[in-house]
Amino acid sequence: MPTATNAPYPRLARPVEGRLLAGVAQGAAAQLRLDPVVLRLAFVLLTIINGVGVVAYAALWMFTPSLPHSGPRPARDWGQVAAYAAISMALLAFTMLIGGGTTGSFGTWAIAVVGIGGLVLWQQADTARRQRWMRGAVQQVRRRWVRTGFGLLLVVVGAIGFLAASGELAAARQGLAFTAVVVGGIAVIAAPYITVLARELQNERRERIRQEERAEVAAHVHDSVLHTLTLIQRNAHDPREVLRLARSQERELRNWLYQPKEDADATVAAAVRRAAAEVEDEHGVPIEIVCVGDADLTPRLNALVQAARQAMVNAAKYAEAPVVSVYAEVEPDEVTVFVRDRGKGFDLDAVPPDRMGIRESIIGRMERNGGSARVRTAPGEGTEVTLTMRREGS
Amino acid sequence: MTVRVLIVDDHRLFRSGVRAELGPQIEVVGEAEDVDSAVAAINELKPDVVLLDVHMPGGGGQEVLRRVLGQGSQVRFLALSVSDAAEDVIGVIRGGARGYVTKTISGPELTDAILRVADGDAVFSPRLAGFVLDAFASTEAPPIDPELDSLTQREREVLRLIARGYAYKEIAKELFISVKTVETHVSSVLRKLQLSNRHELSRWATARRLV
Repeated sequence: MPTATNAPYPRLARPVEGRLLAGVAQGAAAQLRLDPVVLRLAFVLLTIINGVGVVAYAALWMFTPSLPHSGPRPARDWGQVAAYAAISMALLAFTMLIGGGTTGSFGTWAIAVVGIGGLVLWQQADTARRQRWMRGAVQQVRRRWVRTGFGLLLVVVGAIGFLAASGELAAARQGLAFTAVVVGGIAVIAAPYITVLARELQNERRERIRQEERAEVAAHVHDSVLHTLTLIQRNAHDPREVLRLARSQERELRNWLYQPKEDADATVAAAVRRAAAEVEDEHGVPIEIVCVGDADLTPRLNALVQAARQAMVNAAKYAEAPVVSVYAEVEPDEVTVFVRDRGKGFDLDAVPPDRMGIRESIIGRMERNGGSARVRTAPGEGTEVTLTMRREGS
Repeated sequence: MTVRVLIVDDHRLFRSGVRAELGPQIEVVGEAEDVDSAVAAINELKPDVVLLDVHMPGGGGQEVLRRVLGQGSQVRFLALSVSDAAEDVIGVIRGGARGYVTKTISGPELTDAILRVADGDAVFSPRLAGFVLDAFASTEAPPIDPELDSLTQREREVLRLIARGYAYKEIAKELFISVKTVETHVSSVLRKLQLSNRHELSRWATARRLV
């Protein structure tokens, strides 16, 4: 199906952005190069006249495609919806007061109700929407039932209303009772089959999800693990490179397997892990990280992470320790990062003033951002850098 | 006196690697490669310490713990795994293991850990200490049993130092206490970890696993 964006001439479609109900008026306005307000008011006016507006709107809703939209669906401006509803209410009351065209048009209103009900039901058959529900949570499935029930109710009420309006309800009553009995009977007969069918459908869906998951795992293993193993075989003569490859693959796999998903990129723990991974790759010294708690990464906390990164670089480059330990703890009022190695240590007073690593990138950076850094070291006793930063807004 | 150790792991290469790395104070009395053979070997050989892999065919380390400790055995377990998942770590500790170390541990450190477990003490890796701090830090619900459900200030300090990569000896020096006192604190944390009914502990561990 061609979409509005690549058709040779603009095609009537319903945009998601800026829609009030379904985007019909918005789409039509774009087509006619009018302000959507004009069309919305036109629909409202047509609704006052025998409910034609509702029917027209519903028809357009059904038969115009929705514009493809990426990203989260924007919320509707309910204030505007309320405004249009109020306008139509007012106009309706006005026409009733002056005894205008609404008298005797009860039947039209019933048709409008049937239309809305049909529309709600029609929405259930929308494939894109159905797919979203398939993937969605239980809550959404429940909402679908609510919608279906609501749609059915509207159709039934509308139909009865139409019959009542045209004075044929009494005549239809017997037929209705007969229909109800037949439908009820069929439902009783068909119920077991439908249940089995539903269960099979569910099993099939579960199986499909499982297969998709398996495919995803296979793809991941192929892209990462198999690839690295090949690289390791080709670099077998270079132990340093083999170690680096193995270590970085291990880290990547661990993150994929064990790191909580909500651990988004913009948190302190994620930033510390990322910094450590970079240093590890660059200098080939394993860095063990333990994080307790987490917080969003603010500019000050980012400075803290950068200082910690520099401390890790120093430890990896100069300490000659087999491993560097990093411990980051997020507390309600402050964040502390410890970078420790059991390497050769150094004499802090003997550090030449031009060695920028400690003085500028660690201590200076922390102090400029309102934090503090403490370096504890002595020749032969390893080094521990303690970085503390108060959290913003506390 | 040597400590008699049984190595339970489904990777043969790993078992022989560990065997080669352990110090002279350790005597490896046997190996097992799955849950059934592990339970049988423990009953037959009566080792002092079992080095237990977490992921194994037939239910893993937790199943071994359940079956052996369920019989009232006094054998001590040290869990050894490649896994970093909180669920696994907290799971084997609550199952009755007296310590948890990762397979990247060096030979001397592993020897040290085995000797410590044989003495009835607990062995916490930095990551396990971090998990415990994290799990006990959340204060959403009031503790049901304050004695079991919260850590003392001193225990917290000890755990923090473990998480920072300090050895017990270094912790003792740092806090001006004896190594024995450090061990007492860690054992006390282990007991809380195993006995606390703190609802959040399990929930926290599984929540971390939601991948």
